[in-house]
Amino acid sequence: MWKTILRRVLIMIPEVIILSILVFLLAKAMPGDPFTGSINPKADPAQIHHLMKINGLYDPWYQQYWNWVVHLFHGNLGNSYQYQEPVTRLIGSRAVNTLWLALVTMILTYALALPMGVFAGRHEGKLPDTVIRVYTYVTYCIPFFVILVIGIWIFGYVLGWFPTTGSIASDTSGWLNTIGSRFYHIMLPAILGALFGTVNIVQYLRSEVIDAKRSDYVRTARAKGVPSKDIYRHHIFRNSLLPIAAFAGYSITGLLNGSIFTETVFSYPGMGLLFVNSISYRDYTVITALVLIYGILNLLGTLLSDIILSIVDPRIRIE
Amino acid sequence: MENATNFLNIKDVSTAFKINGHFYDAISHVNLQVHHDEILAIVGESGCGKSTLATTIMGLHDPAETQISGEIDFEGTDLLKLSDDQYNDYRGAKIGMIFQDPLSALNPLKRIEDQISEVMDYHSDLSKEEKHAQVLKLLDEVGIVNPQRTAHQFPHELSGGMRQRVIIAIAIACKPDLIIADEPTTALDVTIQAQILDVLRAIQKENHAGIILITHDLGVVAETADRVAVMYAGQIVEQGTAAQIFNTPEHPYTRSLLRSMPQRDNENDDLYVIQGNVPSLQKMPQTGDRFAPRIPWVPASAHEEHPTMHEVSPGHEVRCTCYQNFQFPDQVQKGSVTE
Repeated sequence: MWKTILRRVLIMIPEVIILSILVFLLAKAMPGDPFTGSINPKADPAQIHHLMKINGLYDPWYQQYWNWVVHLFHGNLGNSYQYQEPVTRLIGSRAVNTLWLALVTMILTYALALPMGVFAGRHEGKLPDTVIRVYTYVTYCIPFFVILVIGIWIFGYVLGWFPTTGSIASDTSGWLNTIGSRFYHIMLPAILGALFGTVNIVQYLRSEVIDAKRSDYVRTARAKGVPSKDIYRHHIFRNSLLPIAAFAGYSITGLLNGSIFTETVFSYPGMGLLFVNSISYRDYTVITALVLIYGILNLLGTLLSDIILSIVDPRIRIE
Repeated sequence: MENATNFLNIKDVSTAFKINGHFYDAISHVNLQVHHDEILAIVGESGCGKSTLATTIMGLHDPAETQISGEIDFEGTDLLKLSDDQYNDYRGAKIGMIFQDPLSALNPLKRIEDQISEVMDYHSDLSKEEKHAQVLKLLDEVGIVNPQRTAHQFPHELSGGMRQRVIIAIAIACKPDLIIADEPTTALDVTIQAQILDVLRAIQKENHAGIILITHDLGVVAETADRVAVMYAGQIVEQGTAAQIFNTPEHPYTRSLLRSMPQRDNENDDLYVIQGNVPSLQKMPQTGDRFAPRIPWVPASAHEEHPTMHEVSPGHEVRCTCYQNFQFPDQVQKGSVTE
């Protein structure tokens, strides 16, 4: 068990190195520079030239990359050109917001998807199954940002149940109110994210349950005289949750991708919004740092999936 | 054949499956008796309804997709009248079933011990320790060398033969009166086959159980069965003792089957091949002898319009009248043969 995990972690090291090179080169390959747009348009090109030079932007890429890596190991991701603030501090404050949003979204997603998937699979072909399937198809067909806009319009504007921007009300005081206000702001984006996130899990789980229902081992269990509800409890649920459990690690990736849309549409100050803004400002230091963080989180998600799978599926355990 | 040990009496049982909204008989009007201390073999080619008969006795069909009629009298109870909950008192406890494919019939995520003791969870009041002891005893009975070790393993760690032994252990855990073995040796190689059949026979002797052995392997039948029922296209076409079936087969289908077995002392190397196929459920002829299209040289007048069982000797019954004067084409004089 520990050997499996150790081996997986060791494999991650070259992956991270390659990822960091790719990320760095991609950021450099973007056209434009960080200064032209932010300084007075009448500024002397020589001055911009000078700024580029003192920031080392004319050095060969491997030298720039090496400088970046050395600084990285000192916990220094450089300063944001746009915000004139250390990137670590800039991302740190946003990361907390994104983390909360992702956590609440994930809890809501699984709380909705697991019962829906199992219920649909169990009552395959009957009315509730059809309703759930139509829901998943419709949700799957609509682009995520359209769902967000429709959600904001209905729940934020027409019904007015939830705030539609920001992460906290400006006039909040006291820690209890702070938590309350943050949670209140998270609710709508999290619910909408969950509605979208359930689709894959519901469809997966539904077909797993249907497969398990028809499997030979379930027939064996029936021949043992095990009552139907115990067959679901002891045989079908556990076996069909297996791929879903393995999916959990990957779903972190989905949440982070989703957060880019959600945060932009809701102007929610998290990593996703920062990412979109820093791309439009060519804020290289922030972009590379963010892409690297996203990439590493993806790798961790995959690792987590593998670990979960090796715990729940005896066939994958390595002695 | 009425006698005191006759404890399973299948009377006029038909099972129909729903295909595109219509019900089609997979087995029709089957009559069979099983006695204690005997192995009844049901033989026939793929698709003849052998397994459907087994799963009908076990009550494993989805009532929404099947229609079952007739009566299955098991020790005085008509199984077909039971609710699913009542049926659960029989399944596993009084009737055990051994499945065809040992590779998929066990839950891949549960330890062997849990899968065997699950039967006892529902049909006995044994304590945890007693169940554990019983599991080890069962594994030993079915010929597993190291029960302690196997009990803690997962199915994927066992070979096919060992998994089939585990499935047998599950089927006999509660000492059922009736064991239905649905092609228990099909997925196994020949040496393991013989061992598994030995295990089955030993269990039967000890428990005085009746065994229904479903197979398409006539070698297995010859080796183990006391009585044989031959099925074709959902009907029983011939039944009798193993000696009667093998020594004096009557029905053309039985004779064709036996003739298509490779024989060591046959000077002719060609195997006999039965022409044609088993008709699909939708295309099953509703009148006449269902085997008639596959013996086209036999004139229609030789068949009955609604074939019934005829007793040719005590305990030996044959369907339809076409068995009288039946000959294979190469035995008939040239000229009267029609292709």
